[in-house]
Amino acid sequence: MTAGTLPPPSDAIGPRAWLRQNLFSSPWSSVATIVLGVAVAWLTLQLASWAATARWSVVTANLRLFLIGQFPADQAWRVWATLAILSVLTGLSAGAFGRTTRALAITLSAIQLLVAALLLASPVGLVAVGALLFNAAVIWLAFAISVRAWFPRRPLVWAWVLSLPVTFLLLNGFDGTPLPSVSTNAWGGLLLTVLLATVGIVLSFPMGVLLALGRRSDLPAVRILSTGYIELIRGVPLVTILFMADIILPLFLPGEWRLDRVARAMGGITLFSAAYVAENVRGGLQAIPTGQIEAAQALGLNGVQTNLFIVLPQALRAVIPANVGLFISLLKDTTLVTVIGLLEILGIGRAVLAQSESFGAHLEVYAFVAAVFFVLCYAMSQASYRLERAMGVGTR
Amino acid sequence: MTSVTPTAPHGGIPLWRDLRMLRIAAQVLVVAAVAALVAFMTTNMLAAMNERGLGFGFSFLGRQAGFEISESPIPYRPSDTYLTAFVVGLLNTLFVSVVGIVLATILGVVVGVARLSKNWLVRQLASAYVEVIRNTPLLVQLFIIYFAVFLQLPPVLETLAVGDWLFLNQRGVFLPSPQATGGLLPWLAFVVVGLALAIGARVLHRRREDAGLPTRRIGMLGILGLVALVGIGWVVTAPYAFESPVRDRFNFQGGMALSPEFTALLVGLVVYTAAFIGEVVRGGIQAVRRGQLEAARALGLSEGQVLRLVVFPQALRIIVPPLTSQYLNLAKNSSLAIAIGYPDLFKVGQTMANQTGQPVPVIILVMGTYLAISLVTSLFMNLYNRRVQVLER
Repeated sequence: MTAGTLPPPSDAIGPRAWLRQNLFSSPWSSVATIVLGVAVAWLTLQLASWAATARWSVVTANLRLFLIGQFPADQAWRVWATLAILSVLTGLSAGAFGRTTRALAITLSAIQLLVAALLLASPVGLVAVGALLFNAAVIWLAFAISVRAWFPRRPLVWAWVLSLPVTFLLLNGFDGTPLPSVSTNAWGGLLLTVLLATVGIVLSFPMGVLLALGRRSDLPAVRILSTGYIELIRGVPLVTILFMADIILPLFLPGEWRLDRVARAMGGITLFSAAYVAENVRGGLQAIPTGQIEAAQALGLNGVQTNLFIVLPQALRAVIPANVGLFISLLKDTTLVTVIGLLEILGIGRAVLAQSESFGAHLEVYAFVAAVFFVLCYAMSQASYRLERAMGVGTR
Repeated sequence: MTSVTPTAPHGGIPLWRDLRMLRIAAQVLVVAAVAALVAFMTTNMLAAMNERGLGFGFSFLGRQAGFEISESPIPYRPSDTYLTAFVVGLLNTLFVSVVGIVLATILGVVVGVARLSKNWLVRQLASAYVEVIRNTPLLVQLFIIYFAVFLQLPPVLETLAVGDWLFLNQRGVFLPSPQATGGLLPWLAFVVVGLALAIGARVLHRRREDAGLPTRRIGMLGILGLVALVGIGWVVTAPYAFESPVRDRFNFQGGMALSPEFTALLVGLVVYTAAFIGEVVRGGIQAVRRGQLEAARALGLSEGQVLRLVVFPQALRIIVPPLTSQYLNLAKNSSLAIAIGYPDLFKVGQTMANQTGQPVPVIILVMGTYLAISLVTSLFMNLYNRRVQVLER
């Protein structure tokens, strides 16, 4: 065979071949490449010249508001401390659980470094910058420890479960203790955005699981009620449910029960996302082969035991990626609470635009808010994509 | 309670272990709990309403609305009833949703096909578009489009003009509008004859196909005939005259005027939903097995035939169900109109709730209407879905 001595065909490799195959493979393709190339170049130039002259000071001067809203400045350390707790947990998990949580750890530290860099340009102060740099370092310290010492997984899971109430108490505080109470009305900015989405997905989870089981139940009354709830909620826009939570929920409760606005919004988001969690879980339940249920029955397990020990553990594992997707869309949907007057990051943006010194800086403010969401959502969607592949969902 | 255990001869199973009994008891318990919750909330609500001297009911619908609605497809004055105002809101929602769904489908298919293009630049641009749009909230996009683009357009005196038919300024977008002329009826006759021809040709085509006779592209000829008749009829009868908007001292008169709120909402909904539809279309096309393509080519079908006869029918099966939920999302997302002031169902509802002090009946109406829109849309899409699915034998 002399084939081994022949030179490689010159039209198959190299930059010229790449150009011909990918940009100029046919007359139409060449036209598209040239037209789009010119358009992209022009747009990039326009964008660059706008970005160079834009009034970014509107954003940097109000960075504290964008991050934590009107959370009192002398109590801001509580937010950084919360982030530190999450950083430790993320770092330990990255060591204990491996690949996909590692992507999460990288993301979290990168985001904290990014925010720290942004804070350098704003008058928030060096304490916050130091805290964030410290957190970013803590993630990798915790990772280094847990990866060497083979950290046990179960306590970590419980620590994650506990982290939400602990976070809540730390941020909320109580009068008379070293942690003075901070009314939830002062919570705002990115802090409120992330809290609303997290509370929404975590609190709605048990309800969603019950609804999913109810929808598949063989008791007609339970099935009809569950299906009715799920379809009702999925058939109406989130805004109407937030409106209901804001205006009508107080009417439904006795006059002396007072819920503040943030709690009402959290209630609305929880009721909303429960229906979507239920549909995700139902998908997971349907993926369990009937053989599993029959085997459990053959072993003498009753209905509750079958669900608790056999069906749910497998189903819930399978719906984790779908729920990450739900969390991402929930994170985006929390912007709707501006419609009922809460100051999450978009609401803060509108409040900032109402100041006289930021008159007309719409594009700067909204581009910044969009960029924040893009970084968060893109990172999470990449993580969930990896998670999906790692768990082999859909490739079984 | 003796009838409970007819199958057990010796005293039977005790009640608390009888499965049928337990099932009934569980259901009674759940229904009672839900009923108690509803009763608790209703009592509280009625008490609160009585405290404010307001009853509960839908009688306010017949009263005079008394508020302005900035745009309406039907004649509306503040002296009309709340019911009319509600219908105006509903029509506005339906209008923006239907136009949005049509445009988003077109753009979405283009994006989905572009993501699979052989051209690297086209592919990269399409994925950049999809990633940026899908990872930012719709409300932020709407604010950018409305506050940073449409409200920053030049004032009327410095209107941007594209040719002499499209004008852009702070007050909105002005387009020529078609005005029916006396030629409309004769033209419609042309259309009817053309349709009859096309349908007849299609039936004949099917018959010949079923009978195994050569079809000689009769169906295609019928459609060509329809297009030709409609076109010739248009030229001969001139059924519509286009009236261009004309500038007077302070604004444009005539033509079709689209408000900045409507246009911003429409653009936002279309751009957002098209990114999701693009992913649905891409997924559907990619899910068609390679073997199908190779087999079709091996049979000697042309590239166009491969796409039309093999890829699209199979892709459509996968595309239709997720496409339905994107349509539903678009209709529901149109409620974000409230943030930029387009008078849709939800915004009119909110004004009604504020004015009448009756938020509960209003929200029941609004939610019920959205639910009905969702159900009707899924019904139609399910019917269509049944048509495109494989008939399992």
